[in-house]
Amino acid sequence: MVDITLNQNSKLGSIDRPNSYIGRSLTRDGAIRHLEGGGKFVDDLILPRMVNSAFLRSPYAHAEIKSINISDAQKYPGVIDIFLSEHIDTVCKPWIGVLSHLGEMRSPEQSPLAKKIARWQGEAIAIVIANTRAQAEDAIEAIEVDWVEKEPQINMETALDKDTVVIHKELGNNLFWTRTVEQGDVKKAFKESSTIVEATLDFARHTGVTLETRGIVADWDKSEKKMSIYHNGQAPHMMQHIIAKHFDISEGLVRVISKDVGGSFGIKVHVYGDEMAAIAASKILGRPVKFVADRLESFTTDIHARCHKISGKLGVDKNGKFLSMEINDLSGIGPYSMYPRTSAIETNQVLNLSGSPYIIPNYKAVGTVVFQNKTPMCQYRAVGHPIAVAITEVLVDKAAKKIGMKVEDIRKINFIPDDQYPNKTPSGVPLEDLSHQATMNKLLKIMNVPDLEKQKKLDLEKGILTGIGIISMCEVTNPSPLFYGVGGAHISSQDGASIRLEGSGAVHVSSSITEQGQGTEAIMKQIAADQLGVSMDTIRLTLGDTDATPYGGGTWASRGAGIGGEAVLKAARTLKNNILKIASAIMQTDIDTIDIANNSVIRKNGGEGISLKKLAETVYYRGHEIPQGTNPELIATSSFYIEGIPFVFTNSAMGCQVTVDQDTGLIKINKFWVIEDCGTQINPKLVEEQIRGGVIQGIGGALYEECVYDDQGNMQNATMADYLVPMACEMPDIIVDHVITNSGRSILGAKGAGEAGTGGAPAVIMNAINDALSSMNKEVTSQPITPEKILKAIGKI
Amino acid sequence: MSNEVKCKLKINGLVYNLSIPSDTPLIFVIRNNLNLKGTKLGCGLEQCGSCTLLVDGKKTLSCNQNAIDFEGKEITTIEGLEVNNKYSLLQEAFIEFNSAQCGYCSSGIIMSLTSLFNEKNIPTENDIVKSLENNLCRCGSHHSVLKAVEKVISILSNEKVENQYE
Repeated sequence: MVDITLNQNSKLGSIDRPNSYIGRSLTRDGAIRHLEGGGKFVDDLILPRMVNSAFLRSPYAHAEIKSINISDAQKYPGVIDIFLSEHIDTVCKPWIGVLSHLGEMRSPEQSPLAKKIARWQGEAIAIVIANTRAQAEDAIEAIEVDWVEKEPQINMETALDKDTVVIHKELGNNLFWTRTVEQGDVKKAFKESSTIVEATLDFARHTGVTLETRGIVADWDKSEKKMSIYHNGQAPHMMQHIIAKHFDISEGLVRVISKDVGGSFGIKVHVYGDEMAAIAASKILGRPVKFVADRLESFTTDIHARCHKISGKLGVDKNGKFLSMEINDLSGIGPYSMYPRTSAIETNQVLNLSGSPYIIPNYKAVGTVVFQNKTPMCQYRAVGHPIAVAITEVLVDKAAKKIGMKVEDIRKINFIPDDQYPNKTPSGVPLEDLSHQATMNKLLKIMNVPDLEKQKKLDLEKGILTGIGIISMCEVTNPSPLFYGVGGAHISSQDGASIRLEGSGAVHVSSSITEQGQGTEAIMKQIAADQLGVSMDTIRLTLGDTDATPYGGGTWASRGAGIGGEAVLKAARTLKNNILKIASAIMQTDIDTIDIANNSVIRKNGGEGISLKKLAETVYYRGHEIPQGTNPELIATSSFYIEGIPFVFTNSAMGCQVTVDQDTGLIKINKFWVIEDCGTQINPKLVEEQIRGGVIQGIGGALYEECVYDDQGNMQNATMADYLVPMACEMPDIIVDHVITNSGRSILGAKGAGEAGTGGAPAVIMNAINDALSSMNKEVTSQPITPEKILKAIGKI
Repeated sequence: MSNEVKCKLKINGLVYNLSIPSDTPLIFVIRNNLNLKGTKLGCGLEQCGSCTLLVDGKKTLSCNQNAIDFEGKEITTIEGLEVNNKYSLLQEAFIEFNSAQCGYCSSGIIMSLTSLFNEKNIPTENDIVKSLENNLCRCGSHHSVLKAVEKVISILSNEKVENQYE
């Protein structure tokens, strides 16, 4: 049962008033259309004169294109045209994926299609335009390419060696970016430490596997010189800006529409060459062009994530107090840094976030990011968090075990205390409004650790390996302009909302935040109805259309509720004030004596009010009845971004219990617990679904998911049968509970909740497995933790 | 390229006379020829369950089997589940428990579960998990899907299940 009083936020008004919707688990009517097959996804769209496309892609990880002959392919049935880089580049300017505020990043220019050299298996070389996708695919077979294979640079660990192939000659070596963070005197503090523990962890590449693959329909209308883009992306205004810039179109003449999106998880917030090529083809042909990736394209061209090797060291004193932490992280990002966010941010998050729940006075972190001939790597759900949380929490467990402390006790004495915020991460990033102590205490209580320990002992007597893990973590949410904007990226940290009363008394809301299943529609409606004083059924919402919504960043980095929600709240309050002003004139009473509730302006003393329907009719249709000079505004628009700090952090504590099968190496997660503090919960049911879904993706990273490459850079498992993701039968029981510390940066007080599960699950699962293996004095250090790795660790194979 | 053939399909109670290439997978006829967009393509290799529909009441993957092989059978897509403008019990329960996030897997999951309830009035937990073994939900909505199924079972067995959010 959800305790509504937990969601009480005095800044929002009493939960007992009419139309109190914030904090309640209302049904999400946005989901209903999906349940009758009525979702509107990109591939469902058919436009007049629309043509389809398919790409010839590099079969090699690294190869020179000596020549391409398209003349036979052009004659294939249904083929309308075939474009190479030289054609596409006439309408699309290149881009570079670098930011300026984090030290020197080096990545070459990229164009939609490869020019002379293909640098990863799957890179687009030519776009075939045909009446149907099947016809385009048939024609691809007839394109003749004279390939000269080049030696690929696959291994990130040898990327910077002297004799390694350099992917971009002009850069001199394969280094993309490196950064060192240093606070205090790490060397001295390690000398003063009575105990030092070390760990080296590996995190495989994995990818998002959105069930709906990437897709776009680009429609260049020559007569209006207008580009309409139907895109299953997360950030329509960002795409509008980028398309305007690179296709030399006035921004007002680019419209990006992103309706239903079948999963995004950060995969669909980047600029992809194939999508840009489809836009270019539409501009050249003057007709709508559709591109929807197939599953193979999805595996080899959607961004990958993780791919880290990290070493860490933690020094503690004899009481278990942390004195010093040092980490060294290496990551491989494919041949280019993605645009416009860059492929540096995952490593940057590792450097920023490691050790973040704790007081660690001396901290050093070095990150090195190198190029490889593999699919580009970039930001995916919980960017960098799994690595930062795992290295921290693995070291903390090791330190506890080495000095004979309980894993919960060592955490408790090192947490930044809940009453000592604002504070900073060991790396120096500002933190505020967090609750590691409260969340851990609640976690330990609901887990009932003593009982779990008893069971573990009994299991061990029977030869069953059971383990328990706990972790604490910070989650980056609600980034401010100090995240991307400061580095020169045109990524809006602001979001906007507009709200208006319509002639029937209905309320229309539009927001720059988009929906990919998180429940954006539901929470925006709840905020608007709650703050305006109307029933939920009066609200209609428009999202995902740059022609129809205020400008803003969109949905990424768990920012929809905290930033976009605050904009809706502000707009609703302004509209309310506007309504009350005109109502006071109509009702001939002081504004302080009236309020809005249940779709009417009411007199606080109980006298006769006026319905919003009647008020709207009066304003819109019978304005002559209103005192002259009033000219009411029944519309309000507001915007919001976070000021003063880089991020609004969320925190969580997680626990899990696993059983490791010694004979098969199979791991069973018996139970998983999450205590989340995301501030005000607008709809607790949706928060919990975000947490659970996040945990499940975290389980995928921890136990199953890996993009396997051979030594020539060929992806070996680019099908859903070979790339394993968690399915219904792998789901543990996930118990979710909350501590609520509202963010002081907004009235709403909401932080983000979308990524904690994915960020924390890999660490807590690793700790639980290593706890299970501790009776054998064994450990695992590489994710995904496959049965094979377990059997190797315990010496069975 | 393959030959165009005549094909007669019965979908959601209506009979369609089509002329299609003989190797056209059923899903493309449903989505592209008939414009029934509720059935989703996820992988094209029968590995994700998005394209699940009912053939003679039983769940069937439509992305890799030729449409012409379904002549003479009763095909039901998600659009055919509503009867007299009323949602099925499963659809109602999915709405109540928010058993969909992005919604791309939803029609496949509903069709798999509809098939299960066609076979067994009161399925066991094992039956339910097994019936979903081919349906990927990448958003991880399985927990709420199972809650919805529990609700349907409780209605069918005339019991009340508590909605924890009420």
